[in-house]
Amino acid sequence: MGVGIEVKELNAWYGETHTLRSISLKIPANHATALIGPSGCGKSTFVRCLNRMHETNPIARVTGSVKIGDLDIYHGVSPVVIRRRIGMVFQLPNPFPTMSIFDNVASGLRLNGFRNKKALDEIVERSLRRAALWDEVKDDLRRKSGASLSGGQQQRLCIARTLAVDPEVLLMDEPASALDPISTAKIEDLIFELKSEYTIVIVTHNMQQAARVAENTGFFLNGHLVEFDATTKIFTNPSDKRTEDYITGRFG
Amino acid sequence: MAVLGTAVVIAPLLAIFAYLVYKGASSLNWDFFTQVPKPVGETGGGMENAILGSGVLLSVASAIGIPVGIASGVYLAEFGRGNTLANLVRFTADVLNGIPSIVVGIAVYSLIVVPQLHFSAFSGGVALGIMMIPTVTRTTEEMLRLVPHAVREAALGLGVPNWRSTISITLRTASTGIITGCMLAFARVAGETAPLLFTAFGNDDRSLALNQPIAALPLQIFVYAVSPYNDWHRLAWAGSLVLIVLIVVSVSLVRFVTSRGVLKGAS
Repeated sequence: MGVGIEVKELNAWYGETHTLRSISLKIPANHATALIGPSGCGKSTFVRCLNRMHETNPIARVTGSVKIGDLDIYHGVSPVVIRRRIGMVFQLPNPFPTMSIFDNVASGLRLNGFRNKKALDEIVERSLRRAALWDEVKDDLRRKSGASLSGGQQQRLCIARTLAVDPEVLLMDEPASALDPISTAKIEDLIFELKSEYTIVIVTHNMQQAARVAENTGFFLNGHLVEFDATTKIFTNPSDKRTEDYITGRFG
Repeated sequence: MAVLGTAVVIAPLLAIFAYLVYKGASSLNWDFFTQVPKPVGETGGGMENAILGSGVLLSVASAIGIPVGIASGVYLAEFGRGNTLANLVRFTADVLNGIPSIVVGIAVYSLIVVPQLHFSAFSGGVALGIMMIPTVTRTTEEMLRLVPHAVREAALGLGVPNWRSTISITLRTASTGIITGCMLAFARVAGETAPLLFTAFGNDDRSLALNQPIAALPLQIFVYAVSPYNDWHRLAWAGSLVLIVLIVVSVSLVRFVTSRGVLKGAS
């Protein structure tokens, strides 16, 4: 089951650049939440702070608090443990090129010391089914490399790989921006399916996509969270002038 | 142009190989691989001692050069980016690559042979191993740098610790290139004579002992080629042919073994 996320006074820097300024919001469990905004507004940095990927960059810095369920992820926990509970799907599909489809999905568990072969078979099948990829790859699981799939299939493979670790939250950083419309539609259907079990946060440039998949939407601008509300409210009756300008295409 | 270029590249290799076959093949027979050298004046004799010796020396060299080289390559590419120690290691590797092999021989002679008071297979292997290190280090570093950042992020995003991701993901992704680098280094030192002159020294008898002087193909070829005897000249040609074939075979074998199990569509 998914858990809620509570962010308080989150600030983030890359070197001297202050990329996130005092972000506070509550993301409800088992819902999809979209983050929109122009390029460079901080929305990607924000999701990377939620699973502590931000700090893998040596010049990056964070202050503030993020609670995933009851767990304060910035105090007294290892980032490695956090990232197993909070899975991430990246903008460009990034399967491990030298691994088979099966090994790709199994990698997260295997690299953390999981050795039960029978259970692994089941988890890989279940994850691929959940990612709506099983029927397309079930005959080539161990024979084909993850890199041999099409872009859309690769992205679903990456989603399956993330699900196999059994996270509670799924972060998606523009997961469909490099894909064609049919593959994009498949990813969106998937998000719809998955939010019954996971809390999903999706960064997107595509406002229609946000409107289609997410119950709540946040609008970022220049490192500030301008507005966070129900998606229908954001798109029909935003309270902030800047949100209205952005969604009607007057800037950004 | 491309055809011409290809011809220019391939021609010297083919010419050398053809000349070696022409000069050496007639002296190749079963005895060559199963007998040790005979005293001057007696006909026959072979280079079994030298073939075995080269095998021992190259094993010792690989056991030293490959792990040290890969470890320092990993350090340079993954952990030491831009820091002073890494720059020093990289600079040292490049200088070491440019040091004449005879100098490496002298250094090992004074560091290992002189204190032990005798020549040995071990000291020869160390000299060759030292010569392998820079090539292995730099190719490992270059190959690891070619692994996309996205692949590393994928591993970290799955909650895999950094060290584990380096071993199981980054190194594995770069493995084809790293193996090629090791093979290059191996092939290069397989033909080295100078560093063995006063370390392995040579031995006219079969020996596998690490603390005894040992024969090596290039060394034996050198000794025979500068000798005044026609018999020995012919054996030197045959030895050269065997050396080249052994290098080609061992490199191809490693390539073949490592290319099996590669998946369809893997890059």
